[in-house]
Parts: sequence; structure tokens; C-alpha cells
Amino acid sequence: MNLKALSALSLAAVAGFAAAQTELTVYTAIESDDLAKYAARFNQDHPEIKINWVRDSTGVITARLMAEKDRPQADVIWGLAASSLMILDAEDMLLPYAPVGYEELSPQFRDSSNPPSWTGMNAWMAAICFNTIEAQKHGLTAPTSWQDLTKPEYKGHIVMPNPASSGTGYLDVTSWLQMFGEEGGWEFMDALHDNIKNYTHSGSRPCVNAAQGEAVIGISFAFRGAQEKQRGAPIDLIFPSEGLGWDMEATAIVKGTSKLEAAQTLVNWTVTRQANELYNEGYAIVAMPGVAKPVQYFPENAAELLIDNDFAFAATQRDRILGEWQRRYEGKETR
Amino acid sequence: MLHRLRQEATWLNLLLLSGLVGLMVVLVMPLYSLFVRSLYNRRGEFVGLDNYLSYLTSGGITGSAWNSFWVAIVSMLIVVTFAFAAAYALSRTKIAGKGLVRLLLTLPILAPSLLPAISLIYLFGNQGILKHWLMGASIYGPIGIILGSVFWTFPHALMILLTALSQADARQYEAAQSLKASPWRTFWTVTIPSARYGLVSAAFVVFTLVITDFGVAKVIGGNFNVLATDIYRNVIGQQRFEMGAVIGVILLLPAILAFAADRWVQKKQAAALSARSVPYQPKDSLKTKILGFGLLTPSIFFILLVIGMAVYASFLTYWPYNRSFTLNNYDFVRFDPAGWTPYFNSLKMATMTMVIGTLMIFVNAWLVERCPQPKWLRNLYQLLALLPMAVPGLVLGLAYIFFFNHPQNPLNNLYGGLLLMAICSLVHFYSVAHLTSVTALKQLDPEFEAVGDSLKSSRTGLFARLTLPLSLPAILDVALYLFVNAMTTVSAVVFIYGHNSRLASIMIMSLEEAGGTAAAAALSVIIMLTCAAAKILHSLLMMLVNAKHNAWKGKVQTSQEKSSTAKSRKLAWLWRKAPANQGA
Repeated sequence: MNLKALSALSLAAVAGFAAAQTELTVYTAIESDDLAKYAARFNQDHPEIKINWVRDSTGVITARLMAEKDRPQADVIWGLAASSLMILDAEDMLLPYAPVGYEELSPQFRDSSNPPSWTGMNAWMAAICFNTIEAQKHGLTAPTSWQDLTKPEYKGHIVMPNPASSGTGYLDVTSWLQMFGEEGGWEFMDALHDNIKNYTHSGSRPCVNAAQGEAVIGISFAFRGAQEKQRGAPIDLIFPSEGLGWDMEATAIVKGTSKLEAAQTLVNWTVTRQANELYNEGYAIVAMPGVAKPVQYFPENAAELLIDNDFAFAATQRDRILGEWQRRYEGKETR
Repeated sequence: MLHRLRQEATWLNLLLLSGLVGLMVVLVMPLYSLFVRSLYNRRGEFVGLDNYLSYLTSGGITGSAWNSFWVAIVSMLIVVTFAFAAAYALSRTKIAGKGLVRLLLTLPILAPSLLPAISLIYLFGNQGILKHWLMGASIYGPIGIILGSVFWTFPHALMILLTALSQADARQYEAAQSLKASPWRTFWTVTIPSARYGLVSAAFVVFTLVITDFGVAKVIGGNFNVLATDIYRNVIGQQRFEMGAVIGVILLLPAILAFAADRWVQKKQAAALSARSVPYQPKDSLKTKILGFGLLTPSIFFILLVIGMAVYASFLTYWPYNRSFTLNNYDFVRFDPAGWTPYFNSLKMATMTMVIGTLMIFVNAWLVERCPQPKWLRNLYQLLALLPMAVPGLVLGLAYIFFFNHPQNPLNNLYGGLLLMAICSLVHFYSVAHLTSVTALKQLDPEFEAVGDSLKSSRTGLFARLTLPLSLPAILDVALYLFVNAMTTVSAVVFIYGHNSRLASIMIMSLEEAGGTAAAAALSVIIMLTCAAAKILHSLLMMLVNAKHNAWKGKVQTSQEKSSTAKSRKLAWLWRKAPANQGA
């Protein structure tokens, strides 16, 4: 090897090293055990960018982003509920950007504004976790619809998240109000309230409770249920026939980032086929059409079950709906 | 010479002033930046007290405030009763294995607060092995919150009551005996009044800890709303920081009231202490041994039950359906790619909290207690030092974001790092460490300084050669206290950690939420063992220090016999001899 080639090589190495120094602070609510996988797949294509994750539950991450508004710490948000991103967008905290290949995504995963403030990745949906062993002990049959949950036999066996504490809980409430109408929705919740064992602060808890036999029925989300089942919990995932409330995980660039180029590189990657295949490992419905393969424990017709979710309704009516919910049910013993 | 001393006095005033300024920066200013938010609405418009009115009239408040209050009172009564019984057994009876018993009884303080919550669910939940003990009542709700709170606040009360009971005056018992008072009457007329201050202090501490904690209530509270979970719901659930600030301010009130009551009692007590007290020696009879055993049994049983369940749970494959033994739950990489890294972050952060905190808190306490200071400076410092006790961790953490992440704050590059988390933790646990230091410094004879002054020696010299060595036990206590609390705290730091400063206690919370309960239990056990190791190291150091002190005191007594009875001369001797002894 001549000297020239050697110096070219070392220059390349130096360049590679220098490029590897680009570190992005990425805020996320993706499950901790998936984070290494997400970063590794991205790094297969882009070894020059290092992802520094800050991961917490959806509520904590959203609260932190809001509280850090005057001096944002995150460069990119990858994997946070779209409803949370809409709140941040309303605060003018996101930098609109249309990633390369954006037009190829399914319409419901796209933000209506142009250029979009956020980009959808995959849908996560409500589900009922039903403990078969405990059900047998109490002689309970499996519900198939939301309305089934108001039957007297389930009294004291259902756990659901408090919508004032948990995004999952709020998603359930708004989906019922959309499916059953304003009046019908509250009537349903009045009847459901009588069967509730307790409300929890976390959206995962109800499913974990069902999985560990603390309750028979946990109103939660499908991903958590699938994960508990995988771990060996005796639960079935039930997808009520009336339809499922859903939200999506989404990506956005935080306004004020000093590493715009790297941030755009990352967001471009999050809409690629590789990325969508990655999402599909845990979620049945992903943004890129034609990618999704059936996921274990999820129904094959998952997409058909989703309601036509009006995110604007959920966002704009939030105070009113939560106020009404708290007035009716909070701190009140079930009859 | 005199000039030099006067110069030193000014210098000491400035030092305390800088301590005060320090507390302003790390406590008052962050809290103020949060408090201001309670006066604005979400759009940033000034609304005065509207937020308070809307919270007070929403109806939730009467529920949550009352719930918080009565749960804190009931927990307090239970804890003070059992902690007093245990402290009585440890200080007034001669039972074997006191060292081990004390370690067992302190275990709850060494464990993260999620541990009792997990344990209580496994013990008394729907699948609980002791579910029938609750006779149909649910663990989710006030019962769970009270049991969990009793568990983790017990050691706090025990420490205070042990101190109170160890200061007994044997002469009073002799008097009672010669008056033929029954043991029962002696207990009520001598023991209880002499421990009055400790009882009130313990009650105050437990009440404040319970009312400001949200960890236990969040997991096991069910539908039962308390003020601390109201904060959680508003801040985490709805990002309504202004309402979180409102509830934070409301929470300060009961805590400040409790604090005022405590100060009032302490003032009355001060005069009752006498320098002529004779240490009480417990009787060594079978009867008192049985009594001591009986008094300790309930507390030891409850603590071992809760911890035992958590340890057991950490080795199970899948509770409750697959109870086969596994070590997988300790292989944290299976649940979180960070693996053991957060644990080492916790160790670093706790060590920083311990070193910085002990230094800052003890030196300031010395400046306040043992040096001439203007009255306003002294009072203001003492007030600020006790304020953190009334501030819920979640409120402090939120205040830290707003203040330390402000674009104009010159310290904002600290945000997200371990150092700021250490500062936040030391502020969070400042009050008790301060009180411990002050108590120890008060116990030193005030004539030390008088003699020092008459010998024209500097206060700093006196500090280094006498005060510091004599206060070593208290300093070790403060160091341990800060270390274990920094290892287990969650609420204050959950908002301010960065990508490379996540802590084990925060990882426990996310593990538990994602259903990794067994791994959460396993990591809790690891933290508890680490803290227990620190506690054992602390005990060994304490033995070493005590041995030295005793040797030293022995010499003092011999000299006392030889020399004249003039106290000042004795002290002068002590003062000259002390440094030489410390070197040995």
C-alpha cells in the first residue's frame, strides 16, 4: 500500500470518526426493551449518527417536553403518541418537515398541515385483556363487545385507566363518545362505572393487572396485552366488535435543534420500508401500505376494526370531556 | 490577635451568608419560578387566584385533601405507636442481638418506595397469599396506602424516638421507685413526658412524609385520590403545570402547620434538659426481656413479611401462574438495554449527594449553631433549611426544570446531568440532615467556644480540632441518610435526568409500569442490599469512632479527678489535649 492510499484511508477513518460524533437526543415512549433494536436498525444505514435516548412513559415524556419548552433538550421525537405531538404542535414546538417518501404513507398517518409537523409510524389500539383462568374461577364468559362490559356479571372485575392520568384512558373515552354519540357514550360509561373495580393511573396497568390475576378484565392496549401473553400470562386479547379507539406513534423534529441535518436524516429513515418493517414486528398496522404482515395475537383484520378517529375532536374537547368525566366518576364509589 | 478574631467573625458571617445564598439558588428560586405559574393560566395570562378557586371548587379538593389528611393521621398514629414500642424495647430492655434488630428495623428506609407497593399487592391483592387477612376488604385504596406508608416511614420515626428515649435520666426513675409508683404509672409520668419532644417530632415527620408522597398511592391507591396523586394526574396526565403548582402550594400548608407545632413544642422542651442527668441503665431481668421481645415482634414481623415477599417475587418466573424459580429477573439487560448502567449512575449520584450534602449541611449547621451570627441571618437560614421537608418531590423536580432549564439561567448546562440531580436530591432531603447536625452540635458544651475565645483561638481552629471530631457520629449519620435516600428517590429526579444519567430507581418505575414486576422487585432488592452494605459500613465506622471517643473520655475523667473542679480549666485541658488524641 502506498503512502497516498494510506493517508486517504486514514483521512476517511478520521472523517468517519468525526461524523460518528453527531449525537442526537431523541425523546421517546417506545418500550425500553425495543430501543436498542430501533437504534441498531437505524445505524445499519446511518452509522454516522448516534442516538441518545431519553425514554419514559407517554405522560412523563410529554410533560417534560412541555416543561422544557423554553430551552428544548430533544432534537427529535421518535415514537410518541400523535395526540401528544398535536399538543406540542399547538404550542409551536415542532419544526414542520416532510420526510422523503412522505407521500407514500397511508393518508391517516399524515398530518393535515403542509409541510407536516409530525409523521405517523404505526397505530396502537385499544384492546381488552381477559384473564381466562380467573374468568373460569368466577364463571364468567368472555365479552365480545364494549356494551358486553356493562353486564352485571362483570361487576367488580374490570379495571381501566383514569383518562385524566393516562392517554390510553382518554383514548378509550373519546372513542366511546365517537362510536356511541355524546349521550350514548356517557350512558355507556355510567353503566361501565358500576362494574369498575378501580381506575389506574397508568394505561398499561389494567392489562398487567389482568395478566397477574388482580382483575379479570383490563381495558388497555393491544401491544401490552400481546407482550404479557408472550411472557406467559393466561390472557386472551379481545377486540370489541363496535370498533377500537386508536392513536398512532409518530415522529417529529423539535424546533430549535442545532442538528437539523442529522435530525432530518433520522426522520427520513423513519418512513423507509426498513423502518416500517421494524414497526411491524410489534404493531399490526404501520404507515406504509402493503408492508404489514399479521402480528401474533393481533386480529388479521385489525385495520378494519379501527374507528374513524377524529383527533381534532379529542384534542379540542379535552378539558370539557375530562371535566365531565371527573365530575361523574372521580373519587366516587361504584354502586 | 483580637483584630484577627474580629476579621474571622466577619468571615464566618459571610460564609453563612453564602450558604444562605446557595439555598436561595437551589431551593427558593426554583420554587418561586413554579409558584408564579400557579397565578397564570395555560396560555400564560395572569389570572391571580383563579386556578386556586377552580381547584377548590371542582369538588375533587374536598375529597383529596380530606383523604390525604386522614390517611396521614392514621399512618402517623400507627407508626408512632409501633416505633415507640420498638424504641422502648431497644433502649430500656436488655435483649440479645440489638445490632441485628436495629438493622432489620431500618431496612424499609433502604428500599425504593415501590418495593412495599409490589409486595403488598402480592401479599394482599386479589391473588395474595394472605388475602384472607383483610377479610374481604381491598388492598387497593386507603388500606394499601396506609400499610405502604407505615412500612417506609417506620425507620424515620424509630430513629427520632431512639434518640429521645436514650436520653433518660435515671434519677427520675429512682424517685418514682422510692415513691412506690407502679411501673405503669412510672411509664406515664416519667417515660412519656421525657420523650415528649421525640414523640411530637416523629409524628410531625411521619405526617409530612405521608402527605407529600405519591409513589405508594400511585400504584396501590386505586380510586382513592390524595393530593399527591392529584399533582401526578394534572402534571403527567394533562400537562397542567399551573394546577400542579396550585396543589403543591396547598400541600405546603399542612406541612408548615405541622412544622410550626413542632417548633413550639421544641422550645418548651429545651428548658427541661439538665446537665446533671444520670444515664439510665436498663434492668437485666427475664421479665423485661420478654417485654422487649413482645414489643419488637409486630414491627419485625411486618417488615420481614413485606421484604421477604419482594425477595421471593424477584425469583419467580411469572406471578402468580408460574411460580418456578428463576434468576432471569436479575439479568436486567433482558428487560432494558441499559442493563446495569442505571444502577451505577445511582451509585455515582448518591455518592455525590452524600459528599456535597454532608459538607454543605454540616458546615452550615455549625455556622448557625456555634458561631456568632446576626439574628436575622440565623433565623432565615433555619427557616430555609426546614422548608424542603414540606415540598413534595414531584413539585421540586418540576420547579427544577422551570428554573434550571431556563434559557437565561447561567447554570442551565447542568440540566440533565448527575450533578444537578445530586443537588436536587440533597435539597429534597436537606431538612432531616440539617436537624441531625443541629441536634449533635447542640449537645456539645457551649463553654467550648467560651474557653476557646478566652484562649484567643479561632473558631475555625476549634472546629477542626474539637467540634468536627466530636461530631463524627452525627456526620456519619448524615452521610448515610443522604446516600440511602439518593439511592431510592424517584419523585424529584424523574423530570431532570438526561440520556446518560437515568437512575436505577427510575428504571424500577418503568419496569413496573411495563409489567416487568419481577424485574422491578429484583432491582429493588439490589438497591436495598447496596444500602444495607452502606449501613453496615456505617456501623463499623461508628464503632471505630466510639471506641476512640471512649478512650478519650476516659482520659478526661482521670484528669478531672486530679485537677481542680473549675470547669473552664477542665475544658481548657480538653481543648489542648484533643488534637493529639485524634491523631492517635
